[in-house]
Amino acid sequence: MSGLKVIQPGIFSLPQDSGRFGQHAVGLTTGGPLDSNAFRWANRLCGNALEATAIEVTIGGLVLESTTTTQIALTGADIPLTINKKPAALWHSHAINPGDRIELGFATAGSRGYFAVAGGFQFEPIFNSASTVPREALGGLTQDGTALQTGQLLPCETVKDHRDSQAVPKHLVPDYGNNSALLRVVLGYQQEAFSNLQKQLFFTSQYAVTESSDRMGYRLKGSKITPSIEGILSEGICLGAIQVPADSQPIVLLNDRQTIGGYPKLGSVLSLDIGKLAQLMPGGTVRFEAISVEQAHNLLALDHHQFLNTALENIPEETLESSLKNTAKSTKP
Amino acid sequence: MSSPQQTISIAGENSLIVYFGDKPGAAIASQVAQTAHQLRESLSQVLIDLIPSYASLLVIYNPLQTDHNAVRKSIRQALSNLTDDVNSESNKGQTQGSLVSLPVYYSTESGSDLQTLADGAGLTTEQVIAIHQQTEYRVYAIGFAPGFAYLGEVDPRIAAPRLATPRQKVPRGAVAIADRQTAVYPAQSPGGWNLIGLCPQRMFDPNANPTMPVQVGDRVRFEAIDKQTFLELGGQL
Repeated sequence: MSGLKVIQPGIFSLPQDSGRFGQHAVGLTTGGPLDSNAFRWANRLCGNALEATAIEVTIGGLVLESTTTTQIALTGADIPLTINKKPAALWHSHAINPGDRIELGFATAGSRGYFAVAGGFQFEPIFNSASTVPREALGGLTQDGTALQTGQLLPCETVKDHRDSQAVPKHLVPDYGNNSALLRVVLGYQQEAFSNLQKQLFFTSQYAVTESSDRMGYRLKGSKITPSIEGILSEGICLGAIQVPADSQPIVLLNDRQTIGGYPKLGSVLSLDIGKLAQLMPGGTVRFEAISVEQAHNLLALDHHQFLNTALENIPEETLESSLKNTAKSTKP
Repeated sequence: MSSPQQTISIAGENSLIVYFGDKPGAAIASQVAQTAHQLRESLSQVLIDLIPSYASLLVIYNPLQTDHNAVRKSIRQALSNLTDDVNSESNKGQTQGSLVSLPVYYSTESGSDLQTLADGAGLTTEQVIAIHQQTEYRVYAIGFAPGFAYLGEVDPRIAAPRLATPRQKVPRGAVAIADRQTAVYPAQSPGGWNLIGLCPQRMFDPNANPTMPVQVGDRVRFEAIDKQTFLELGGQL
């Protein structure tokens, strides 16, 4: 089969589809892209189903060589992209021919890029998903949870005719530049075990992302929040749950979280804001804002409809060069 | 048999959590399993996943297709249908769960902590082995790692706290005790439970159907086998 050959795997590049669902009963987590917004746009740019398998590139360093005719797109963090050494824009689709060399540099803002290919990467699913979860040794090209390796061929379909390049409208491209985020929170779980004073402290404080942050969870450092209970009977944990262990420093649980756990939880971060958190580098800062579950439902519906009803912009090839000048800052070495 | 003990709380934008009480036990395990079973049917299309645990059930739904009020209504309906009548034929499967028997090669050779646990409990290793087999356990929760089933409750005479320093490597199939819970490690992993034997049966096999021999709410008995049988069943020392 044709595909893209891995010349350099980069720092940590994981194949991800939209996630592994319906397997919590046997203890499997969901995996899937940390920044689901950047992920869906990458697939949209390639004309794919929104759950198609793409590569989540953490920080960067991925180098690929194509054996086929296809189209690609890179979204997410500001990672300099070149095709045959020529700078190529992010949040755009690009035509690729056999022999083309695609190089990703290292992120200058944000930390997760999403690299999609026309038709999606064709990996054999395990538990109905290609999502790679290293902790569970599941998913990915070899189905055993390993990150991309040098020499692998990432299979994808051959495209007959290149479509015109397309771009995500500028106003919808997130700015990852200031390494900070406001995270909206639906209060829940053991929220009553946190006094009003503790909640006020939490919602008026700034927290920093620590080095011990990964796909399981982001450990934050800041004002200590202490619930009135130490532990609970282990219970199901949803995406974005904010748990507070004995050291009183909150952890926001992400895609590779354990499915059950026994620390008190204050509520959960809105899924639309999970990607903003996961794009932060250690030292990045977050603040929290409480919203009701009804507001959350409304925000999700609005976001969904905005995405569905937004047209991509057609970019004739000759104007690609000039559009690049606008993103020149992100293509510096 | 809905009781005021059951409460429904918000967990997140697309999740509600049902609490059945604050103490795990056979009755609650059965209620959790029954409710999960009913919601799989009644929510079907809008249900993303369920996480049954000791005394709770996390219900994850698609908020683009429904909302928390509609899901609460389905949960309340399921709770009102709960029954404690374990003798009723129609509820037998759901309330009692399946009974699964797991073979164990108990020995100081296959269970590094068997002697220490026996010494600490003032028992012989034979007594620990006998007591571990006497209880019919319930699967309270599955988590920590794929296929890791928490079974309770262990007879207080052989309950033992977790090791002060967890092991880097616990072998696949290790049968272990921590406080009043017991489990079979589904894969080699780090772990701090007291090891008393090895089970040759795979607890988690991605290629098997079903993936696991047990689910939450099922009953489990352990049966001692000798070394010869253990090896014949594919066990490895």
